[in-house]
Amino acid sequence: MTLPASPTFSEASTALCFVLILLVPFAGAGISLINAGLGRSRSAAHAMTGSLVVIATAAVVYFVCGFSWQGFEGRPGHLLTIGHTGWNWIAAEPFFMRGLEISGSPVSLAVLLEVFCVGLAAVIPLGAGADRWRLGPSCASTALLAGWTYPLFAHWVWGGGWLAQLGTNYGLGRGFVDAGGSSSIQVVGGLTALSIAWIVGPRRGKYSAQGMPAAIPAHNAAFVLFGCPLALVGWLGLNSAGAMLFSGVGVERVALIAVNTVLAAAAAGLTAAVITRVRFGKPDASLIANGWMGGLVASSAGCAFIKPAAAMIVGIVAGGLVIFAIEQLEFELKVDDPGGAISVHAVGGIWGILAVGLFAQLPGENSGQLLAQIVGIAALIGFVLPMTYGLNWLLNRFYPQRVTTDGERQGMDLHELGADAYPEFVTHTEEFIQR
Amino acid sequence: MKIAGFFLLLAGGALVLTAVALLALSLPRTGFVLAGVSVEVIGIVLVARSHLLEQGDRR
Repeated sequence: MTLPASPTFSEASTALCFVLILLVPFAGAGISLINAGLGRSRSAAHAMTGSLVVIATAAVVYFVCGFSWQGFEGRPGHLLTIGHTGWNWIAAEPFFMRGLEISGSPVSLAVLLEVFCVGLAAVIPLGAGADRWRLGPSCASTALLAGWTYPLFAHWVWGGGWLAQLGTNYGLGRGFVDAGGSSSIQVVGGLTALSIAWIVGPRRGKYSAQGMPAAIPAHNAAFVLFGCPLALVGWLGLNSAGAMLFSGVGVERVALIAVNTVLAAAAAGLTAAVITRVRFGKPDASLIANGWMGGLVASSAGCAFIKPAAAMIVGIVAGGLVIFAIEQLEFELKVDDPGGAISVHAVGGIWGILAVGLFAQLPGENSGQLLAQIVGIAALIGFVLPMTYGLNWLLNRFYPQRVTTDGERQGMDLHELGADAYPEFVTHTEEFIQR
Repeated sequence: MKIAGFFLLLAGGALVLTAVALLALSLPRTGFVLAGVSVEVIGIVLVARSHLLEQGDRR
């Protein structure tokens, strides 16, 4: 039996859900600020412009074809019959949302939430491609994400797809559960970020000839740290509205969701602060911010079904995992991810999905829930990663994603936009470049 | 090596799906799902290694 994902809302629930959805853009704003702050000063305007245009691209492409692949629980879908069981693998809605009446119905609210969610997923890879990912190709890559990768996986989880039906069809708990989008938004965005980081390569001067990484510090820690509470506001809306619309959770659980979200973020931020204080002698602002964000990301999947104490454990583990993953990527795998997008969103999201199987108390039968969550993670790594890498690799063959060496030296602001974010300051120093 | 890694990712994913669809008993199903995930882990290690080597060549 799957969770009732197509609930009937009272007027009060509809109003509350609508207000909660309107908070979600703050999550995108928070991530954008963090991405801009963690990048170089000579690419700050480019980072913020990039966020704005990819959110716009995502919304338009999702309207054109994204929703037609994603759909909603109880609406038409394509079934693939294996054995005697139908696997709902993609929705069958018309393009341009034709025939969909936008009113106060749950599907209308879901469409509004999804437009924001797909924008949120699209901003994540910008953190990994900061300082070298061109504006045009980032929009083209977003079109692929919003038009195919995101809707396909979101259908599997939120649109009544095969992952959501693992409980009904194969007795795996309540099927794959992700109330607030740890998988469909965060891990999908994080895996796309990994693909982009691999395809565009590291920033010039990031690694010496011997492969030693240079520290390229965040240009504005205030942006980064202000982005964290801003993202929290967005996450409160995202987790609550997502749980109401996609997991059939009632209004009475919204307070629990909010408490869990705050506790997970707080625990993760503090864990990152303690780890960096112990290891480096002083707490590291950018790693604390990444830890905080990792806690938010991990909180999403199980926010409506775990107890506050479990939410703190989720946060503590997320904070530690994010720091560990950032170091592994930078030092061992030589992946240059200025915004920490891969560690925060992919690693944090995968932990959040797993935590549902470990800590969630879902109504009814819970046996097999952990296996359902593992199947979801396997689908992300086994299908979404090759798909998003393949699409972006193909795009890169026709439309090179990385800026030229001269453009990178000049800075993305001047090279792509023709104007700096901070025109009255000297921003073109090269002291962080290894020679 | 990179292509082999991506094939392993897909193969691991296919193994997981097959286990869910064809095996009814809990223990073998769990075993095959974990085997599929392990294949994916090998795949992602191969892909990461191939990018590491490519990057080293560029430097």
